[in-house]
Amino acid sequence: MEYEPVIGLEVHAQLLTRSKIFCGCSTLFGAEANTHTCPVCTGLPGSLPVLNQKVVEFTVRAALATHGKIAPCSQFARKNYFYPDLPKGYQISQYELPLSTDGYVEIRLDSQKKRIGLIRIHMEEDAGKLLHDLSSDRGASSYVDFNRTGVPLIEIVSAPEIRSPEEAAAYLRKLRAILMFLDICDGNMEEGSFRCDANISLRPKGQEAFGVKTELKNMNSFRNVQKALDYEIRRQTALLDQGDRVVQETRLWDAARGVTASMRGKEEAHDYRYFPDPDLVPLVIDPQWVEKIRAGLPELPDQKKDRFIRDYGIPEYDAEILTSSKALANYYEECLRAYSQPKTVSNWIMSELLRELKRDEREIEECPVPAGNLAEMLKMIDRGVISGKIAKSLFEEMYRTGKGAQEIVREKGLVQVTDTSAIEKAIDQVLAASPREVEAYRKGKDKLFGFFVGQVMKATQGKANPALVNELLKKKL
Amino acid sequence: MKLYQMTAHQLHQLLLRKEVTSREITESVLRRVEEVEGRIHAYITLTPEMALEQSAAADLRIQKGEAGPMTGIPLAIKDVICTQGVRTTCGSHILENFIPPYDATVTQKLKAAGAVFIGKANMDEFAMGSSTENSSFGPTRNPWDLDRIPGGSSGGSAAAVAADECIVSLGSDTGGSIRQPAACCGIVGMKPTYGRVSRYGLVAFASSLDQIGPFGKDVRDTALLLNAISGHEPRDSTSVDLPVPDYTQALVEDVRGMVLGVPRETFGQGVDPEVAGSVREAIEVLKRLGAKTVDVSLPHSDYALAVYYIIAPCEASSNLARYDGVKYGFRARGTEDLLDMYQETRWQGFGAEVKRRIMLGTYALSAGYYDAYYLKASRVRTLIRKDFEEAFQKCDALILPTAPTPAFRVGEKVDDPLQMYLSDIFTIPCNLAGLPGLSLPCGFTGKGLPVGLQILGNFFQEEKILRVAWAYEQNTEHHRRKPKL
Repeated sequence: MEYEPVIGLEVHAQLLTRSKIFCGCSTLFGAEANTHTCPVCTGLPGSLPVLNQKVVEFTVRAALATHGKIAPCSQFARKNYFYPDLPKGYQISQYELPLSTDGYVEIRLDSQKKRIGLIRIHMEEDAGKLLHDLSSDRGASSYVDFNRTGVPLIEIVSAPEIRSPEEAAAYLRKLRAILMFLDICDGNMEEGSFRCDANISLRPKGQEAFGVKTELKNMNSFRNVQKALDYEIRRQTALLDQGDRVVQETRLWDAARGVTASMRGKEEAHDYRYFPDPDLVPLVIDPQWVEKIRAGLPELPDQKKDRFIRDYGIPEYDAEILTSSKALANYYEECLRAYSQPKTVSNWIMSELLRELKRDEREIEECPVPAGNLAEMLKMIDRGVISGKIAKSLFEEMYRTGKGAQEIVREKGLVQVTDTSAIEKAIDQVLAASPREVEAYRKGKDKLFGFFVGQVMKATQGKANPALVNELLKKKL
Repeated sequence: MKLYQMTAHQLHQLLLRKEVTSREITESVLRRVEEVEGRIHAYITLTPEMALEQSAAADLRIQKGEAGPMTGIPLAIKDVICTQGVRTTCGSHILENFIPPYDATVTQKLKAAGAVFIGKANMDEFAMGSSTENSSFGPTRNPWDLDRIPGGSSGGSAAAVAADECIVSLGSDTGGSIRQPAACCGIVGMKPTYGRVSRYGLVAFASSLDQIGPFGKDVRDTALLLNAISGHEPRDSTSVDLPVPDYTQALVEDVRGMVLGVPRETFGQGVDPEVAGSVREAIEVLKRLGAKTVDVSLPHSDYALAVYYIIAPCEASSNLARYDGVKYGFRARGTEDLLDMYQETRWQGFGAEVKRRIMLGTYALSAGYYDAYYLKASRVRTLIRKDFEEAFQKCDALILPTAPTPAFRVGEKVDDPLQMYLSDIFTIPCNLAGLPGLSLPCGFTGKGLPVGLQILGNFFQEEKILRVAWAYEQNTEHHRRKPKL
């Protein structure tokens, strides 16, 4: 039978505030264990949480940027469970009354636009980190680092409106871009500042009712989210086709083996016993403050995309890709400031640059070719210093070495040959070596012109100016 | 009169006139502790060295003319309030060796005021109880009758004041834990409005009900200590940002023209006849002084005990989750894995009453029960509060007994938790509403046991309560009686 996947994603994004959500401790990553702690974030008896206003502001930003409603009154709740990285024995989160509801994110897939609804965005505190040492003097030991405890998170819960792993990936990319455009999250998936869990079920195509879902965890990249969903669709399809049932459970993605495996057991059987946190008063949001935050919102991916289309005259497809990250959009515009041919720049970024980055699995922030270097190279093409063909290999060299275009051209002697006598000499050699092709061409086989151009370019190691080659070839033939 | 027998305001005058030093007062109190503590057991931890140091510092301050009302005054702090460097056990084995690295706000305030810390007072474990018998460190005895309980959970703080083992003390009140022991021990105890005193550093039992408050030998001392600890503090989001009046200013007027409400539901609920008699007499005294009385109704107070025994355990079950053996306090040895460590630590570390309430609360918050218990209780709590709001439309303060009976015998109710819970029947509604309340002595039973009169006020109207209490006290002699030890 043909099934339709129903996917909902839960994203946890770490907010870039300087201090923690309920105390004044630093949120800096990588400090010595338990140095960014105080009585509040280590849950000492008698300590009390005080809400960091910046966290609320950042969350309001996220909500506004995703068209969500801001609750005039929201509430913190305690999520109760025991774990050594959770010093109070409960996590302060939001439950019945989250800060924002009913937003959406617009994605684009195969030139189709689609809105993915957001059920809620709420604030919560992160837990600490456990370190396990199997070879300590005292035998296997576990240590707790509370530096991360109380680092602010927002949880963004999508509606079950995602219908394929590709849509899931597009949604995540878009959401991440929005948070990064807002400067409220660094989007680093490997360090865990942007994490995703997925709920997925299948239903026969055309059926309204949802099937039984599984929850997938432990996916630390977009690629892994997509792979895990792909795997789970195959697994659930096989079960359903055999007439078996899908068990509602949490499954962990094993990236090394490329499978999801059931978590089973006690870890899963949680009753979190949520109730309103009596230590924190209800959070009342002043609508005027919200408007102030709205007025201060930066340009978001969709707005930037529209502006690129409008101001630079590039196709929507290009604009969509160029605004997929703030850093990429900045790279594009920086390049444009030095070289004002929007479509040419876009072509180079989208084909050459992104291909190289993708191959190396690098982000644009790690691009070894500064925007100014790309602009310089494009100018050299325009001035006829190098040919477009040379430029492609030149760009690869620039990417590999980080050197500027002029420097490489000088070192390697890649300057375009515009000396007519040199080109004529090459043409003569080519024509002399191919008497049969010359004969055929002269008898009307026009297509062979391209063959001669190719041969001449080959003879000049691609350095000949193509326009000149064309012109001189025509004369000689 | 011995120094340790005096009140804080009397001692303050002596200190200002340089007739006595804080060191002399402190030594007098410490000698008194040595003399009677073996019989009373009001303290879990004594801090004589700290007290002597603080008294020396206080004397310097007094010499420089910088003395406030609490400077140089020896006091006791309930062991549920954090004291930096001094162990804070909450009367529990699980925190037997817990030494807080920080001071509670009230501790800081009292240090800044120059007070002298005699020690940490005994209490029911995690403030759960009405007799101080639930302490892991053994019960405190009532100074009026050593076979009887001092009330609870702040029994140590109340007994220490009554037995002159300190001049004033701090307690905490979640369902009556200041007022009921004050009544049992024949002293004054006050629970301020929720939000009046910062809870930062008060180890939580039930966060939405807990409030720190003062004990004193008379109303003036109670007002003075309330002055010293009140006020908004940003570290406690539930503390309220309202100016703090000088509460002693409320002690100069009489009660003429004040309207006192007498809840009609009060005297039917199995109140001991001697207690009822003393309270009725007290009402007559206040009437003679010019107060009017009016009959009021608190129809939902019947449900208060039930509501309390859902909300308080729910919050407690979560508040006490942090005692898991991982970070501080007791950890069971020889356990097999994490779950075993958690279970053994909590099984061995907590006493029976604490475990009972954790189980009650965990059950009531569980999936499928939340609506029927916690949510419903929260709604009834709102109705209880509305009853009070309505009552205070008609009167300035409410008058009722603090506890239905005088102090009972040690061991009498330990096996009957429900009977034990009933001793808080008159004090609990006030916590559920968040209102201020005070208990002061209003007589003695034939056996010589003190009876407490409870005065409740509207939100942040501690002054009205103190005014009534002061007028009553000025015209009676009960507060002058001392137990024979």
